[in-house]
Amino acid sequence: MSNVASSLDTFPKLARANAGRWSRHVAIREKDLGIWQSYTWAQYFERSRRIALGLASLGFARGDKTAIVGDNRPELYWAALATQALGGVPVPLYQDSIEKELSYIVEHAEARFAVAEDQEQVDKLLHVRPQCSRLEFIVYDDTRGMRAYSEPGLLSLAELEERGEKFALGHPGYFDDAVARGGAEDTAVICYTSGTTGTPKGAMLSYRNLIEMARIATEREGLRPSDEALAYLPMAWVGDHMLSYAQAIVAGFAINCPESAATVLNDLKEIGPTYFFAPPRIWENLLTNVMIRIEDAAWPKRRLTHFFLGLAQDLERCRLNGQPPPLLPRLLAPLGRLLVCGPLRDNLGLRRIRIAYTAGEALGPEIFVFFRALGINVKQLYGMTEASVFVAVQKDGDVRLDTVGTPMPQVEIKISQSGEVLFRSPGVFQGYFKNPEATRQTVEDGWIHSGDAGFMDHAGHLKIIDRAKDLGRLADGTMFAPKYLENKLKFSPYVKEAVALGAGRPYVTALINIDLGSVGNWAERRGIAYTSYTDLSQKPEVYDLIQQEVVRVNRSLAVEDEVLRGAQIRKFLILHKELDPDDEEITRTRKVRRGFVAQKYAPLIEALYGDRDRVAVEAQVTYEDGRTGTIRADVVIRVVVRAAAAGEASL
Amino acid sequence: MLAIDGISVRFGALLALNRVSLTIPRGEICAIIGPNGAGKTTLLNCISGFYHPYEGHIRFEGAERTRLRPPEVAQLGIARTFQNVALFRGMSVLDNIMTGRVLRMRGSFLLEALWWGPARRQEMEHRAFVERIIDFLEIQAIRKTPAGRLPYGLQKRVELARALAAEPQLLLLDEPMAGMNVEEKEDMCRFILDVNDEFGTTIALIEHDMGVVMDISDRVAVLDYGRKIADGAPDKVRADAAVIAAYLGEER
Repeated sequence: MSNVASSLDTFPKLARANAGRWSRHVAIREKDLGIWQSYTWAQYFERSRRIALGLASLGFARGDKTAIVGDNRPELYWAALATQALGGVPVPLYQDSIEKELSYIVEHAEARFAVAEDQEQVDKLLHVRPQCSRLEFIVYDDTRGMRAYSEPGLLSLAELEERGEKFALGHPGYFDDAVARGGAEDTAVICYTSGTTGTPKGAMLSYRNLIEMARIATEREGLRPSDEALAYLPMAWVGDHMLSYAQAIVAGFAINCPESAATVLNDLKEIGPTYFFAPPRIWENLLTNVMIRIEDAAWPKRRLTHFFLGLAQDLERCRLNGQPPPLLPRLLAPLGRLLVCGPLRDNLGLRRIRIAYTAGEALGPEIFVFFRALGINVKQLYGMTEASVFVAVQKDGDVRLDTVGTPMPQVEIKISQSGEVLFRSPGVFQGYFKNPEATRQTVEDGWIHSGDAGFMDHAGHLKIIDRAKDLGRLADGTMFAPKYLENKLKFSPYVKEAVALGAGRPYVTALINIDLGSVGNWAERRGIAYTSYTDLSQKPEVYDLIQQEVVRVNRSLAVEDEVLRGAQIRKFLILHKELDPDDEEITRTRKVRRGFVAQKYAPLIEALYGDRDRVAVEAQVTYEDGRTGTIRADVVIRVVVRAAAAGEASL
Repeated sequence: MLAIDGISVRFGALLALNRVSLTIPRGEICAIIGPNGAGKTTLLNCISGFYHPYEGHIRFEGAERTRLRPPEVAQLGIARTFQNVALFRGMSVLDNIMTGRVLRMRGSFLLEALWWGPARRQEMEHRAFVERIIDFLEIQAIRKTPAGRLPYGLQKRVELARALAAEPQLLLLDEPMAGMNVEEKEDMCRFILDVNDEFGTTIALIEHDMGVVMDISDRVAVLDYGRKIADGAPDKVRADAAVIAAYLGEER
């Protein structure tokens, strides 16, 4: 049943209602000058109103776009709401975008206005302004360093709000009229997807899309106004837009903006959110930090911790597989919670979590079990920008290791002939902005082609195998699912990124990025000195370490999967530099751009399929300030023994 | 703002400074360069009252200040950082920076002990000021870390923060970029320029990195064996024959 038929069918209207019924309830917090500053719903709405009036005074017209770029800040969320109140569309951008990306999106979106967090973002915008024909006004929030700037159309948020006040005097009722004219089918936001292939596409999501899905998810997952969430994921990512903006406004819970990217884990501890959303790399990071610190503890504590962690994980595995847990572990579990699991959870800042999601990529089963064993309700979520996030989510009490969950209410899922996952829901987007061709390719009769290959299992859970177009075959016809292999490799704490290759080739090979933090730590413990990432990556001891991981993956393939057994990794090499979004090798949400990587590292790949055991290589890198440089290395190639399945002789 | 007139400092038979004169106008960034042992840190120590020259005068803001002791110099609004970091290793970064506010703290022992009334208000004002500096130098993530546990580059930044906490009119920086990589140096340069730009603080800095010196300073003074051998705009000094012979090196 559509609740959007009610009069609160846009975010400005919902926010106004919140300001009325929850006026003194905290809506958003920001850590400023070391102290958490709170803003109530009344203040949230009022500031947005002032910003909207300011924009109106500059001539903001219905349908205008505002580019929003910066870290998560209340002012930027208010700017989004202000834009929507005037019938415009906010276009959030990744704060670490390089100028090329920025100019493409700002120009493509035809943005007339931009709201930037600070001097860094303003500088980038000013540089790309010549290429952005329609960009007229740049508003900035943080005035630090901005004194000497005198460019036309550049003004501070404070100045904007002042202009807004004067405008309001001359145009009473302007704001309320503008809000009243908004409707459910208007475009609420354009989220540019970073695109693993080609240029970014702007997915247009309507108010109906976002509000419906937010309501559905809120009801199904039981979110309440008393919940607390941490707004730390990029505002440009639809996940943050749904969680920190759409759901917060719909459900009324408070969001908290960390002080800076460097302080996120610390702020997580201070806030203790009840609702948490993190991509796998954050979970991996948290786990790595914990394990490193456990290794540093005195041996009695270490023994105790490992014992109770092991116990808790065994219990959790039983629970996930639906088996009754054995008696002794069950009796000891409360002691484990008291001594180890509880304090660890508290230390991570995850003590109060009622609902936590992992989404975007597959999370390693060991990591998944680890956090659940600690008592953190982590669940898989499957979704995409074009669906307004939610497609399938594991329900409380129905969590399984290797699935991505059951379909959300009002989401229909079907599997096409070729094994591709298709879905239909109220959250299906309006289309790609100015790109009807891409829209046609993605949506057919209201069904979205997800591009993922998967199937529904007997329990009604969705299982994803790989990206449909990446699913390939080796030269001899053996099925090869690169993402599946890469995920298995990445389950190791020492592997940060992996690219599996083999389509049309005689065997599977892998390019691997080591994780500098964990491998560096490992090397230091063994007295292996290293000078840089490149140096560490080529150490023979590190190669041995990674070889063990590759052997582990091969063994698990041999044992688990009939179909994929033939796709074991024959050779691998460790890349001398990390794959980086700035070098366009991976997207900002860390999805590998296969075509680009295959092209850029062609000499390495050729060597992998040849018979050399090392290859000299040079790579272009882009430093953070935009300069380019070259890294040279002599990369080693290792051959891995194929693991035998039960009853087979090994090769 | 600062006028140094023919000062000489002697340690026994060693003449560390030999009739050195230097003027630093208000709001400028003046770099003091020279080979090791030229007397640069000695010069800064004289300005900050740690050493007293046996001849010559130091005038700050027009008034004679040659024989002041360090606490009195600090009261005047002169703050400094040290070549080998001089933070309180066991104290957190926040507390270290708060010590820079000591000169502006006024309060009775009793009220502070009871944490009552004016003492509390004052502490909050000081804390707000220190937080603004922390925000300015982007060290929020380490505010509670003991200073001894920080890497060298960050310790230098905390030192700068502490010097800024005293709201100085003249900032003396002794090799602020020693031991830093390119990225850290660029960050430090940016901070120094920001301090000069936003607060109008006059800055005298000792530095060995020629790139930094030429880039950010308004004027450069070159010392060699206790004597000043050049003084002027960076480009002029770079081309000066005596400086090249003594310090910048010659092409063979």
